[in-house]
Amino acid sequence: MSSVLELKNLSFVYGQKTPFEKRAVDNVSVSIEKGEFIGIIGHTGSGKSTLVQMLNGLIRPTEGQVLFDGEDIWQNPKEIRKIRFKVGMVFQYPEYQLFEETVYKDIAFGPSNMGKTAQEIDMAVRKAAEFTDLKPQLLQKSPFDLSGGEKRRAAIAGVIAMDPEVLVLDEPTAGLDPMGRDVLLTQIVQYHKKRKNTVLLVSHSMEDIARVADRIIVMNNSRLVMFDKTKEVFSHGRDLEKIGLKVPQITKIMLELKEKGYDVPDGILTVDEAFSAVSSLLKKEGKIW
Amino acid sequence: MVRDVAFGQYFPGKSLIHRLDPRAKILLLIGFLVIIFCTFNYFSLLFVTLFTVLMILLSGVPAKFHFKSLKVIIFIIVITSVLNLFYGSGDPIWQWGIFKVTVNGINRAVFVTIRIICLILASSCLTFTTSPTELTDAIERLMKPLKKIHFPVHEIAMMMSLALRFVPTLLEETDKIMSAQKARGADMDSGNIIKRVKALMPVLIPLFVSAFRRAYEIATAMECRCYRGGDGRTKMKLIHMSKRDVFSFIALAALICGVILCNIFIPAVI
Repeated sequence: MSSVLELKNLSFVYGQKTPFEKRAVDNVSVSIEKGEFIGIIGHTGSGKSTLVQMLNGLIRPTEGQVLFDGEDIWQNPKEIRKIRFKVGMVFQYPEYQLFEETVYKDIAFGPSNMGKTAQEIDMAVRKAAEFTDLKPQLLQKSPFDLSGGEKRRAAIAGVIAMDPEVLVLDEPTAGLDPMGRDVLLTQIVQYHKKRKNTVLLVSHSMEDIARVADRIIVMNNSRLVMFDKTKEVFSHGRDLEKIGLKVPQITKIMLELKEKGYDVPDGILTVDEAFSAVSSLLKKEGKIW
Repeated sequence: MVRDVAFGQYFPGKSLIHRLDPRAKILLLIGFLVIIFCTFNYFSLLFVTLFTVLMILLSGVPAKFHFKSLKVIIFIIVITSVLNLFYGSGDPIWQWGIFKVTVNGINRAVFVTIRIICLILASSCLTFTTSPTELTDAIERLMKPLKKIHFPVHEIAMMMSLALRFVPTLLEETDKIMSAQKARGADMDSGNIIKRVKALMPVLIPLFVSAFRRAYEIATAMECRCYRGGDGRTKMKLIHMSKRDVFSFIALAALICGVILCNIFIPAVI
């Protein structure tokens, strides 16, 4: 597999050479493979949002490079818009970016900026609406008449409609009810499976990340502290707690069982895994058959 | 980006100017702005300039930020001074077609440039050293006499302080929305004027929507805390005049006398 995004010694300093200078991202090097589902975690102010905004050239790194398909995205600053179509970015609370008269037109904003023909745009909009489960009759409504969850999905559809190679989502489930979160997350996973592109998900919910991510980037104090398989990262539960993060509840329970001396594997992520681990342990000890 | 605009920002501090009564500062500023435009020869202009420099030094705000506030209006300064340069009366000392430069024109250009610079520096001195709450408080107190003619002084002051409070919030929001639309390929940095204005719509519409949303939210929040206007409301921070305010008025009076004397005894150049 080849890496689709590569970050080389990436740093970003806010307000360089002023008294307000602040290093938001410090020397981060990461290589992301095509088709991966990456989770990004870190507590508030750890530099996650700054990091992801450098991936599509919204902010220019003060040091280091971002390579997309092996090429520096800032090689030709005038062409930076093209990168933004390839690396789609969904911001926090994306529903506040909706502006058009109809949902259809709003979703079409991205593709029409790409200079596609009317027919291609129509295709892109309908496909994106399908991915995000927006009913066709909603497309002719004003985006301001939708419910909160629908607005969120319409905004995400607006980015998916550009058919990006890499989709970056900054806390897409923030502020949704538990049901809405589950539905949206499932849709993102479905989209990832069907479209087979790369997805980066920034989230505060360890449960969500544990459910969907192949690998996890852990940020703390502007630095990259871990970049590893989900299981590996969550088996370092104590280290994560030290930097103000948590592990999923079930992982924590298994971790504590292990610390009590029970022989269970590290980095258990779901209740099902935990169930089979505990039941096989009980079988071994002869408590159940 | 939009956030880099220094004009109108508040810098907390404890300098002499910071500690002046905000009412005094507003009155001083008004007096100073009037006197700036009563300078007709280089001596009075020098007085005014020195007074401005003194203010900057006393404000304790780094000179860099004062220059930054000038950067915003450099365009206006250049245009007005160039226009004045060619509109002087008298004998031309240089001529090219319809453009002629006279001594009077040069003087006018110098005066207008220095006047605008002093004006901006003095005004930003006020906003650098006075927090928005102090400022609106002072305006409310200064306009109190207008209440007699049923002018809604308190309401206006409240609206002002709310508006000022939302400036940074809305700037941040603008930044966010711009990033979001750029991420969808909005092109805001190229094309002709019509194209650029059109490109602003995806930013302005969400911005207005969110400004209204925030306005409703804050109105509800105020009602929840039983806000009912200004009658009988007490202030958390009482402002009062002190010795240093008197001294600052004396300083301004001295400046005014100086400028007037100069105008009387030295011939005007513009």
